[in-house]
Amino acid sequence: MNFEFDNNIPIYIQIVEQLKKFIISGTLVPGERLPSVRDLALQTKVNPNTMQKALAELEELKLIHTERTNGKFVTTNKKLIDKYKKEYAKELSNAYFSNMESMGFNKNETIEYLKNLGGEN
Amino acid sequence: MELLECKKLNKSFGNKKILKNINLKISKGKVIGLLGKNGTGKSTLIKLINDLLTPTSGKVLIKGKEVGIDSKKIISYLPERTYLDKSMTVDKVIEFFEVFYDDFDSKKARKLLKDLDLDTTQKLSKMSKGMQEKVQLVLVMSRKAELYILDEPLGGVDPATRDYILETILNNFAENASVIISTHLISDVERILDEVIFIDKGEIVLQSNSDELRTKENGSIDEIFRRMFKC
Repeated sequence: MNFEFDNNIPIYIQIVEQLKKFIISGTLVPGERLPSVRDLALQTKVNPNTMQKALAELEELKLIHTERTNGKFVTTNKKLIDKYKKEYAKELSNAYFSNMESMGFNKNETIEYLKNLGGEN
Repeated sequence: MELLECKKLNKSFGNKKILKNINLKISKGKVIGLLGKNGTGKSTLIKLINDLLTPTSGKVLIKGKEVGIDSKKIISYLPERTYLDKSMTVDKVIEFFEVFYDDFDSKKARKLLKDLDLDTTQKLSKMSKGMQEKVQLVLVMSRKAELYILDEPLGGVDPATRDYILETILNNFAENASVIISTHLISDVERILDEVIFIDKGEIVLQSNSDELRTKENGSIDEIFRRMFKC
């Protein structure tokens, strides 16, 4: 797991987003046990308190859960992972559409453009 | 009870006021950045906390008690300039620390020094500045202290060494202990800070959780600092 941080955004939010992506993409497998807070903090070179806060947030989102004495685990709820995956895909797509729009492509033109691009491959 | 508390702390040298009415509370388990421009009183404050200077007025309390022998036992301090005799070898310095501090873990120190590929029979004076700084830091972080106070641990070292130093700090501070890092190299350290304290002209102008501050002021700590203290 590789993390890169932007100092302008709260670090814990960036960790939450990163770990979310790892879960969505399957880098972190459903049911997988997460390293300890301290180890994760060392790996990502952040403060253990910050990591703790990020994990609490993920737990709130139900993407991970704590088994007492055993540690923290990635959810096995595929539906939930799928839901976040779709949300993320939508976010990325909207950003793309709005970028294209700023260059004068309307939504249909953008889709046309994408189709053509796909055809070339 | 707070780990560290400063109450109405003032320090003057002659009629020059260096610190003005410092009120400060630091709890355990936090990494705190003491941030300020050069000559704003950071080192003076640190020396007062370490009982190396006497306040003109006010108090410094460690776990509710005024600083003294007891507080020195639980504070591990990295001064801005070395106090070690540079004609000593690293082995000698380790022995020295073992005798001096009950909480010094010489095994840990040796392991960390081994990771640095350091010849411990070498004299300090024969090492580069960066290496000397690393040795000092290793010694300080090998104590099982309750409060680590690091005065400019990144001063004058290259970016790769800075990374090593930050990692060593993060990996080695005892659980539930707090770390105070004084620096003006903010962008390098801000990622590991729970809390920041801005000090300017001898006064504390801000103490905040670092992520909350980023959200509130919409920027990095470095940027916020630059905005606030524009020359």
